[in-house]
Amino acid sequence: MSATAPGFWPRALRHPSFLIGALLSALVLAAAALSLVWSPYPPADIDIPNKLAPPSAAHWLGTDSLGRDVASQLLVGSRASILVGVIAVGIGLLAGVALGCLASAQRGWVEELIMRVTDFSIAFPALLTAILLTAIYGPGLLTSMVAIGLAYVPWFARITRGAANAIWVRDYVLAARAAGKGRWRITLDHVLPNIASVLIVQATIQFGTAILAEAALSYLGLGTQPPQPSWGRMLNEAQTQIFQAPQLAIYPGVAIAVAVLGLNLMGDGLRDLLDPKLARQR
Amino acid sequence: MSAAAQKPLLEVHDLRVRLRSHRGAVEALRGLDFSLARGETLGLIGESGCGKSLTALALMGLLPEGAQVSGSMRFEGRELVGLPERDWCALRGDRVAMVFQEPMTALNPLHPIGRQIAEPLRLHRGLGRSEARAEALRLLERVQLPQAARRLDAYPHQLSGGQRQRVVIAIALACRPDLLIADEPTTALDVTVQREVLALIAELVAEDGMALLLISHDLGVMAQQVRRLLVMYGGQGVEGGPTAEVFRRMSHPYTRGLFAARPRLGLPRGTRLATIPGRVPELADLGAGCAFAERCAWAEAACRSTMPRPVEVGADHAARCLRLDAVAAGLEPRADAGGAHG
Repeated sequence: MSATAPGFWPRALRHPSFLIGALLSALVLAAAALSLVWSPYPPADIDIPNKLAPPSAAHWLGTDSLGRDVASQLLVGSRASILVGVIAVGIGLLAGVALGCLASAQRGWVEELIMRVTDFSIAFPALLTAILLTAIYGPGLLTSMVAIGLAYVPWFARITRGAANAIWVRDYVLAARAAGKGRWRITLDHVLPNIASVLIVQATIQFGTAILAEAALSYLGLGTQPPQPSWGRMLNEAQTQIFQAPQLAIYPGVAIAVAVLGLNLMGDGLRDLLDPKLARQR
Repeated sequence: MSAAAQKPLLEVHDLRVRLRSHRGAVEALRGLDFSLARGETLGLIGESGCGKSLTALALMGLLPEGAQVSGSMRFEGRELVGLPERDWCALRGDRVAMVFQEPMTALNPLHPIGRQIAEPLRLHRGLGRSEARAEALRLLERVQLPQAARRLDAYPHQLSGGQRQRVVIAIALACRPDLLIADEPTTALDVTVQREVLALIAELVAEDGMALLLISHDLGVMAQQVRRLLVMYGGQGVEGGPTAEVFRRMSHPYTRGLFAARPRLGLPRGTRLATIPGRVPELADLGAGCAFAERCAWAEAACRSTMPRPVEVGADHAARCLRLDAVAAGLEPRADAGGAHG
């Protein structure tokens, strides 16, 4: 049993922002999938004589300052973005939801402790965490994914606990307790299914922010390292030629914008579609 | 009835509950005493805030976070005060079950009702999926839900209020509890449905020989449904006894006020309903004396300083009041003593 009421797809197909968002997200996903089997050129192939070439039949989006094919880099770079989104949101979601549910189910000092630590972690700059981790483990995609994921844990914990607390005071939870159910069964049977929609929406939107965060970290040189392409690194490398070849910054910029916009629109659409009050109006 | 059945199933003695509130800790139950035998029916009646529902939650071990319980609640001789949560879980839904006030919200909107009825059976009886489902169907038939077999897979929003309350009752009865607590089970329902649901509860209680603790603010419901009555005010039982006896010889001024304030048919148009002057006091404001003193027309200085003890006023019938003689003698209350601000 999921949080989707009967008739999810018919309504989804008539929801413009969900449709556009899903389409844009699917586009990014398709690019990543395609890059696994095919790209016009190997993205790291350097061709100095051909550097900063304008778009042509050979190089659809031209080449960069080292003569690498921009279209290939964009395609392959989408993998890093999606990977970061999946792993970072995965870490944040798993740990955050577990902590939030624990806080909500146990109450008392456990909840206090978890929420105070959460407050502290949110107050602690995420970028500093990323730099700290990089200093210890060295820069790279994995480090930045873990850093972004860790930064998301307190946010998911806070949202989960808030939504779960609202479920815990519902009469049917009291009724479930009156039926003799323990805290963990209630969390699994009643709390999680009822807060799933909130978490799905949040995860979608956080996915977009994770892509932005990875781009920012790569731009700062803390994320993906050469020769592995990523949109953030393309931006980083483009800044030195921003006046000679502004298109090199625009392509990855547009790609990031499309991905984040798509995920945000989809998140907004899901928020409407998964709202049980709206779903029940048949 | 056999001698064993007469031994109290539930004995509550000097039950006190302290709750945290924004005005500090307040005592919400202030020494409640009653007992209930198997097959017996007891009604708790009083205004909102008098501690009726809190009593039910205390008996279910479902008090809000931070509540402190003292005194004694013995269920089949076993002390429930201070029982670990694990033992409560084993007791709840199995030996003690509860029917809630709001059938609209007491069911999880995401689960089919058949599954919700089967849950206590799987939890306490260890039944398998199909056995539990068969039993759930039997229970739905027992609570007379029309087209029970078709309704097993229905979701709560597909049922009416009365039907949902039947489902809630089926869940409560699933494990054949010894004690059923019904907290205003019909308040949220239409009048016609109310009568059906009450009749159903009465019938099932009689069939299974369980004890019923019915909570209501409706004197008419009490008169029909319970053999014993406990009138609550300010977290205490102020008058208790066999229902007929309490109705015949209302001894506590609060009971009289409650009775006078009930709406009746057949009164001349424009007759004002009698009310009890003043408001239910905030728990934090309760003083050392009788909780009702501030609203009582018979109250005198001693009432505000001394806590009255229960006094026998008839066979098995007691009331907590210092002025019982004056009230019983039918003396008119002093005209100047009524207001709380006097």
